[in-house]
Amino acid sequence: MFFNDKPKPNKNRIWLFIIVLLLIVSANPILAASSPDEGTIGVFLRSDIIPQPSYNRMTPERVELGKKLFFDPRLSGSNWISCATCHNPALGWSDGLKTAIGVNMEVLERSTPTILNTAYLIRQFWDGRAKTMEEQALGPIESKVEMDQDLDELIVELKAVPEYVKLFNEAYPQDGVSKAAIAKAISSFERSIVSTDSAFDRWLKGSPSTMSKSAIRGFDVFRGKARCVVCHSGFNFVDNGFHNIGLPGNKDEGRYKIKPVKVLKGAFKTPTLRDVALTAPYMHNGEFDTLEQVIEHYNSGGVENLGNLDPNIKPLKLTKKEKMDLLDFLLSLTGDTRPITVPVLPTNH
Amino acid sequence: MFIGNYIKLTIASLLVSISLGINAAEHTVGQLEKQFVKDGVLVEKMTVNVGDTIHFKNQDPWFHNIFSLSDLKTFDLGSYPKGESKSVVFDKPGIAEVECAIHPQMFMEVEVK
Repeated sequence: MFFNDKPKPNKNRIWLFIIVLLLIVSANPILAASSPDEGTIGVFLRSDIIPQPSYNRMTPERVELGKKLFFDPRLSGSNWISCATCHNPALGWSDGLKTAIGVNMEVLERSTPTILNTAYLIRQFWDGRAKTMEEQALGPIESKVEMDQDLDELIVELKAVPEYVKLFNEAYPQDGVSKAAIAKAISSFERSIVSTDSAFDRWLKGSPSTMSKSAIRGFDVFRGKARCVVCHSGFNFVDNGFHNIGLPGNKDEGRYKIKPVKVLKGAFKTPTLRDVALTAPYMHNGEFDTLEQVIEHYNSGGVENLGNLDPNIKPLKLTKKEKMDLLDFLLSLTGDTRPITVPVLPTNH
Repeated sequence: MFIGNYIKLTIASLLVSISLGINAAEHTVGQLEKQFVKDGVLVEKMTVNVGDTIHFKNQDPWFHNIFSLSDLKTFDLGSYPKGESKSVVFDKPGIAEVECAIHPQMFMEVEVK
């Protein structure tokens, strides 16, 4: 009886309050989903400090020279293939092909990896055969099946271009036009190609707007049930490691050719997931056209090939919703579009 | 005389072997945060004596695969998960480069004296 004496709240008002509260919560991702903790922020945000060796510090002159060389078809034996032919900025610094196409339109064995964030890697090429970017840079130029350029002839060609002589002398006065300076300049330019802020980064930094609830759930799947983070760790989503991920179509021994240790049979370098939506097809052999197929592959647990399968690769038993959330998370890693200006190349006069 | 010398030599050899066996030490090198660690501290080079054993213990929640292709000693311990340990006896003097096949940033030298 006592309680009945209290004024009754208006039921309609209570419901209205609850509905408004739910609307506010659902419209605001920060309130709707947990915010990243301090540890997560530190791990997944890119450092502004770009790693570079003491013998090749980045300067504007070096980056600019490297950019011209990167886009210059003179660097191929035929004078019609440049680094950018395969590492095309319009295609996520890759080529959109299943596997690369080289000299005489020959289809090569492996796909073109992006050059995004390669400054942060400790091994270059799919099989990690180069330890430094400087060591890597001349590889495709000299390769008989890629650019097929004799380096001594290239030096002669570049020395005949007055603007190049000037640019080399300004950027690398001690080296001048030389193989070492070509490698250093291209590396300097490539180091300048780094990932930009994505929806994920903005969410990490506390901006409430762009990371969908699905993508945030996908981040939890990525770190939790799917265990992607075992190999795709840190801001660049790499472990600098090599794994046989159980691709049904793989016949390539990969890293094993460089280091003949059993676990490396069919193993390839873990690629970055930054801008991953821009770099289809996927895997070292371009086996998958879409990220949905990639997720299905990992969900299946892969198959042993060449007598090997990384022990971390196991069936994941993800639900349809978890797979969709994971996809949304991967899509949230696409950085802001930053237009690339293509350099006007030096003429022969 | 010849037999007496032979017995003396055998006893001496046995004593040396026993003393080596007693002196052979056991070392543990962990794999933690994709680094080789000894007593919790990053180790890039360590010195052991001939006959010593190093236990390579995985302390990471993912697999490691310790191997060496050096002239001194070639071994491949295979992939093993957290908590497991595999051992190598270093039985000759020299320098062995020890690596993780999966994570190439993991590299250390073992000098055997």
